[in-house]
Amino acid sequence: MVLNMGPQHPSTHGVLRLVLHLDGELIVSVDPQLGYLHRGFEKLAENRTYMQFFSMLSRLDYLAGYFMEWAYVRAIEDLMEIEPPPRAEYLRVIAGELNRIISHHMAIGDYLLNLGAVTPVLWTFRDREEVLDLLELLTGQRMMYNFARVGGVRYDLPDGFEEQCRKFLKRFPAMIDEYEQLITGNEIFLARSLGMGVISPEQALDFGLSGPNLRASGVPVDLRRHNPYSVYPELDFEIPAGANGDSFDRYKCRVEEMRQSVRIIGQALDALPGGPVNMRIPPMLRPPAGESFAAVETGRGEWSNYLVSDGSLRPFRLKLRDSCFVAISTLPKILPGNKMADVVGITGSLDLIMGAVDR
Amino acid sequence: MAFFEHLIAAVVIAVAAPALSAIVFPFAVRRLSGFMSDRLGPNRVGPAGLLQPMADFLKLLLKEDITPDRSDRLLFMLAPVIAFITPVLAISIIPFSQGFTIANLNVGLVYVVAFGSFTVLGILLAGWASHNKYSLLGGLRSVAQMVSYEVPMILNIIIIAMLVGSLSLNNVVGAQGRVWFIAVQPLAFVVFIIAGMAELNRTPFDLPEAESELVGGYMTEYGGMRFGFFYGLVEWGNATIWSLTGATLFLGGWRGPFAGSPGWLILKVLVLVFVVIWFFSTFPRLQIDQLMNFAWKVLIPLSLVNLGVTGLLIILLPNNFLPPVAAFSWVSVIAFILLFQPVLKKSLIHKRLRRAAA
Repeated sequence: MVLNMGPQHPSTHGVLRLVLHLDGELIVSVDPQLGYLHRGFEKLAENRTYMQFFSMLSRLDYLAGYFMEWAYVRAIEDLMEIEPPPRAEYLRVIAGELNRIISHHMAIGDYLLNLGAVTPVLWTFRDREEVLDLLELLTGQRMMYNFARVGGVRYDLPDGFEEQCRKFLKRFPAMIDEYEQLITGNEIFLARSLGMGVISPEQALDFGLSGPNLRASGVPVDLRRHNPYSVYPELDFEIPAGANGDSFDRYKCRVEEMRQSVRIIGQALDALPGGPVNMRIPPMLRPPAGESFAAVETGRGEWSNYLVSDGSLRPFRLKLRDSCFVAISTLPKILPGNKMADVVGITGSLDLIMGAVDR
Repeated sequence: MAFFEHLIAAVVIAVAAPALSAIVFPFAVRRLSGFMSDRLGPNRVGPAGLLQPMADFLKLLLKEDITPDRSDRLLFMLAPVIAFITPVLAISIIPFSQGFTIANLNVGLVYVVAFGSFTVLGILLAGWASHNKYSLLGGLRSVAQMVSYEVPMILNIIIIAMLVGSLSLNNVVGAQGRVWFIAVQPLAFVVFIIAGMAELNRTPFDLPEAESELVGGYMTEYGGMRFGFFYGLVEWGNATIWSLTGATLFLGGWRGPFAGSPGWLILKVLVLVFVVIWFFSTFPRLQIDQLMNFAWKVLIPLSLVNLGVTGLLIILLPNNFLPPVAAFSWVSVIAFILLFQPVLKKSLIHKRLRRAAA
């Protein structure tokens, strides 16, 4: 039986369409069809000035939009050979880690919802709301931030942010324990996740996976550590990694990363230096001709962009690359042989976001 | 005169109970699961949201009645009715209090089981007639699941029938004067609860309608009041029957402290429905092969052993068999609860390592 799953389906995370060949409940082959959310971002960038395009970036990976802005301004800063003041770098890290937490909230909640558990997603949304409040305080927006700026960030910390953030950091580890108590040891969850959708370390590297999906396979590579940027070298954090590369390890990696993000934000708040948060740059950006590449570690893996400038007001070429596209390309390999129910289980554990896949 | 009173009471109960359950239970499930997931649930329509189910039903009634283009029209329209008729019929033999039964059948237990398995026909028809692949998968899943779980369910009902020595539900309640059967046969009660969840298509066995995989399962193509039939009347009507049967078989029926009355029965039904809602908020969903394995490799052998040992004890000690049966059942249920998790985890981890190596 050929089953067209998506693009309208409750759990294909947007508009992913999978053409499934089924033998009863057994999956014989999978053919992912992409492009339902293609908006032509790369071409749009060539027709806008640098800052005009900026506000579109957080529409790519709309659940953690700040990372796209961060990578973009880093590419421009490389071209212009400027460095933002240290306070700005710390603020960027704080915003980035808060974004990582909400990204993982969605990943865990949606994955468990795909497995049929209704409560965890509501609990993660409850706590996600608190982080969104913090981000709103910091940037003025809940999801589409426009916070990073070339040469710094838009705003300094607002009054009361540090206090509220520290309160949250103190409470949050207990909330993570709560999710784990509810679901991590549950026999049904274990039966649905242990040994499901195994990606071996070699396969993961061959596919070019990154982020938690790669680390769950036992390859502890994280750009924050292995290609350090911003002030990450000065911060102390661990890189959680799995061993078996199955759905359970991917889930567990994300949970542990949330704990690490809490640590990072705490340290960044402690070490926050004084000084300005941005610098004077010309109102019309005109980076010198040349090319630059910048990548950041988002909640879902490596987000990178390659920027070519011809010295004019607009980018000559902007190439965006995201990790979910790579994760989708593993599906035809890991899904066949599993049951129909694991289509949503395994795709959920890979944490796909179609806004970033179909640029 | 008595006959007419009886008839009126019968009609009122048989129609009102499923209809009321279709109104009360969806509301309870929303508010309670809302409470468990730390949110409010519907609280706008009427005092504390009590009228929300009414508003929903009104909305469903006003909706256009759509039959999909290439569906089998007759079966498509018939399916919800067939599925709905069974709980209405099954309710007629439940004893509500001393001498208050619509029909005191001497084969009551057989009747309940027979009509319980009728629902699956309606669901299969719905899945088949909709001409939709998701519906078909949902219908097939539900047949496999409900037929499999019928077996442990019946085995455990036989155990109760053996303890009582009768198939009449009135006699079952009568036999529980001194002690409820949950205290005599906790193992059978546990299996009854698990198999009941599967029979009712509730979490963690809600595969036939698994909304994250099959969109809506067998009811994907249904809309308006036909959907309302499945969602409200069939699901919760069956849940009511299941809880009424469970309360009668294991929890002493209408018996209770002070005086036996229908109130006690309703209270016990609410407790069992609370268990259903509790499971709904707590568990993820099983996969079809795990579901079948669990029925055929765990529940059915367990029930067969329980049945055999109980039967043996009844033959060996015909005068005083309750204490040894209770002792056996308590020991085995505690062993089951203690051993099940470690054994399962071990086998899962074994499978995981094998898969990771491959």
